[in-house]
Amino acid sequence: MSDAGVAIGFWGLGALAVGAALGILVTQNLLHAVLLLILSFIAIAGLFLTLTADFVAVAQVLIYAGAVGVLVLFTVMLTPSSARVNADTVFFGPGFIIGGLIAAGMAVVAFKTPWSIADRGGFTTTVGLIGDALTNRWALPFELASILLIAAMVGAIVLVRSAAPVDNLEADQPVADIPFDQTGEADGRALATAAPRGGEGH
Amino acid sequence: MILANWWDLRTLANPVNGLLGWLEERFPDWVAYIVSGLIGAAAIGLFLGVAMLLLIWVERRVVARIQIRQGPNRVGPGGILQPVADALKLMQKESLTPRECDRWLFWLAPALLFIPTVLILGVLPFGERMSVADLNVGVLFIIAIGSVMPLVVFSAGWSSSNKYSTLGAMRVMALVISYELPAVIALLSVVILTGSMQLGQIVQWQADHWMISALLLPLPFIIYTISVLAEVGRSPADVTEAESELGAGYLTEYSGMKWGLFYAAELGNALVFGGLIATFFWGGWWLFGAENVIPSWLIFMVKMLAGYWLFVWARGTLPRLRIDQLLQFSWKFLIPLGLIFAVIVATEVVIWEEAGASSWIAIPAMVVVNVLLSVALVVGLVRILGFESVQQPRRAHLTTDIGIVNRTTRPPGAAEPVAAP
Repeated sequence: MSDAGVAIGFWGLGALAVGAALGILVTQNLLHAVLLLILSFIAIAGLFLTLTADFVAVAQVLIYAGAVGVLVLFTVMLTPSSARVNADTVFFGPGFIIGGLIAAGMAVVAFKTPWSIADRGGFTTTVGLIGDALTNRWALPFELASILLIAAMVGAIVLVRSAAPVDNLEADQPVADIPFDQTGEADGRALATAAPRGGEGH
Repeated sequence: MILANWWDLRTLANPVNGLLGWLEERFPDWVAYIVSGLIGAAAIGLFLGVAMLLLIWVERRVVARIQIRQGPNRVGPGGILQPVADALKLMQKESLTPRECDRWLFWLAPALLFIPTVLILGVLPFGERMSVADLNVGVLFIIAIGSVMPLVVFSAGWSSSNKYSTLGAMRVMALVISYELPAVIALLSVVILTGSMQLGQIVQWQADHWMISALLLPLPFIIYTISVLAEVGRSPADVTEAESELGAGYLTEYSGMKWGLFYAAELGNALVFGGLIATFFWGGWWLFGAENVIPSWLIFMVKMLAGYWLFVWARGTLPRLRIDQLLQFSWKFLIPLGLIFAVIVATEVVIWEEAGASSWIAIPAMVVVNVLLSVALVVGLVRILGFESVQQPRRAHLTTDIGIVNRTTRPPGAAEPVAAP
C-alpha cells in the first residue's frame, strides 16, 4: 500500500514541480511566473513529505513558498517595467543555451551517479533530531549564521536610511499660536496639524 | 477514562476506529486507508459548510445587537435562514468579469480560497484523539499555511487589474508579513512551555498540568489573538478592504457567488483561528475533568466559537485602524514584547526542570509571576514608547465649538467667535 501511494505521490508531485518550472520559462507574464515558482516550491515540499522528512517539507513551504515567494512578489510589484512581456529581451538566446546546458549537465550527473539506497526505513520523527543537532552539536555554526543574518539586516537598514529625518512640523503652522484649553493637552505635536479646538470659556 | 467501545460518543474517534478496524479485518488495507481519508474529508466539509451558514447569521445578529439594531429577522425563525436566502440570491446574480482582468487568476482565486482553511482544520484536535492528522510539526504546519494564505488573496486583487484591488492586495501582503512574526513568536512561548509542536500534545500538556496556558502565558495569548485578528483581515484590521479608502480592496471587482465565497472564507478563517486560540491557550477539548462527562468535541466547539466570538466582538466594537498604525503596532509593540516573554518563559522552564519542582507548586507560581510580568512589560513598553493614556477630550464639547472656525487663520482684528451656548 505505502509503496504504491509513495510512487503515485512521487511521480505526481514530480510532474507538478517540473511542469510548474517549465511554466515559469514559457509564460510571458512575470507575475504568472512568480506564482508558478511558488507552486513548484510547494510541489517540492510534497516530495520531501514522500521522503518522510516532515520538518524539511514544512520549512520548504514556510521559507520558500511563504517568505521567498512573498519577497519575489514584492520585488516584481516594485519593478517599474514588470508589466512588459517577459520574452522581449536580448538575453533570450544566451539564457536558453546556458539553461539547456545546465539542465543537460544535471541530467548526466543524475544518471551517471551510482545512487546508494539507504537500508533503513523512513524516519518516525525528525523535529527532535534537527533541534538537537542545531542546539547541541552544531550550536556554534547556528549562532554564527544568526550573527551573519543580523549583520545583513543592519547593513540593509544603513543602506536605505535617509541622511537626516526632515522635520517640517514648524513649517506647517506656528504651534504656539494654537490656543489650547485647560484640559492638559500641553503637547502641541498632536494638534499641530489638527483643527484647533475652542472652548476656553468652559 | 474514556473507553474504547465504538458506542462511546464522548470522542468520535471510537466509532470511526471501530469502523476502520472492521474494514481492516475484511478488506485489503488500502480500503481502510481510503475510507479514513473520506471520513475525514466529509467531516471537515460538513463542519465547515454548516458552520459557515450558521455563523453568517450569528455574526450579523451579534454585531447588530452590539450596534443596537435588529439584524436579519425575517427569513425563518429569528432570521436564521437569511444566509441560505443570501446564498441563493448571490448565485442568481450576474457574475461580472472585467474585460482587462487576468482571466485565469481571477477565476482561480475564489476556488483556491478554502484550501488553507481546510488544511488547518485537518490538524485541529476536535476532541480526544479526534484530529484528521495530528502532525508532529503541527505548529509549524499552521504557520506555513498562514504564510501561503495571502498569496491567494494577492492573486485575486492583482488579477482584477484595478488600482484599488492591487492596493488592497499589497496591503494584505504587508499586513501578513508584519503580523505573522508576532504570531510565530507567541507560539514559540507555547512550544517552549509544552515542549511539543504537536497540537494534540499541546492540549494533553494542559490537561496533564490541570491549567490552561492562557493564564500561564497571558502576554503571548493577547499577542496571538491580536496578530490572528490582523491576519484574518477582519475589522478593526480590515485595511485590506477598507471601504472608505479602497472601494472594497481586493474584492472590488468580484460579484455574485465569487464575492460570497470570499465572504464565507473570511468567516471560515475566523472560525479556524478561533479554534487555534482554543487549542493553544484555552486547553482545547479539556475542561477541568468535565470532558469525561460532556463529549470532548462539544467542549472544543464551544471554545472554538468563543474564540470566534472574540473576533465578532472586536468587529462590532472597534473602529478601523490606519495601515501605518497597524504595522507600527506590530513592529514596535507586539514583536519586542513577544521576544522578551519568550526569553522569560524559556528561563522559567529551565528553572522548573533544574529545581525539579512538582507541578502543583510550579504552575501557580508561574501563573502569578507571568501575569505580573505581563502587566509590567506592557506598562513599561508603553512608557518607553511614549504613548500616554490621555482621554481626549476630557469633557463633552459642543460640535459648534470644534473646528468650525480656524482660529489661526482668522484675520487679525476680527472679532472673537462667540461660543455657542
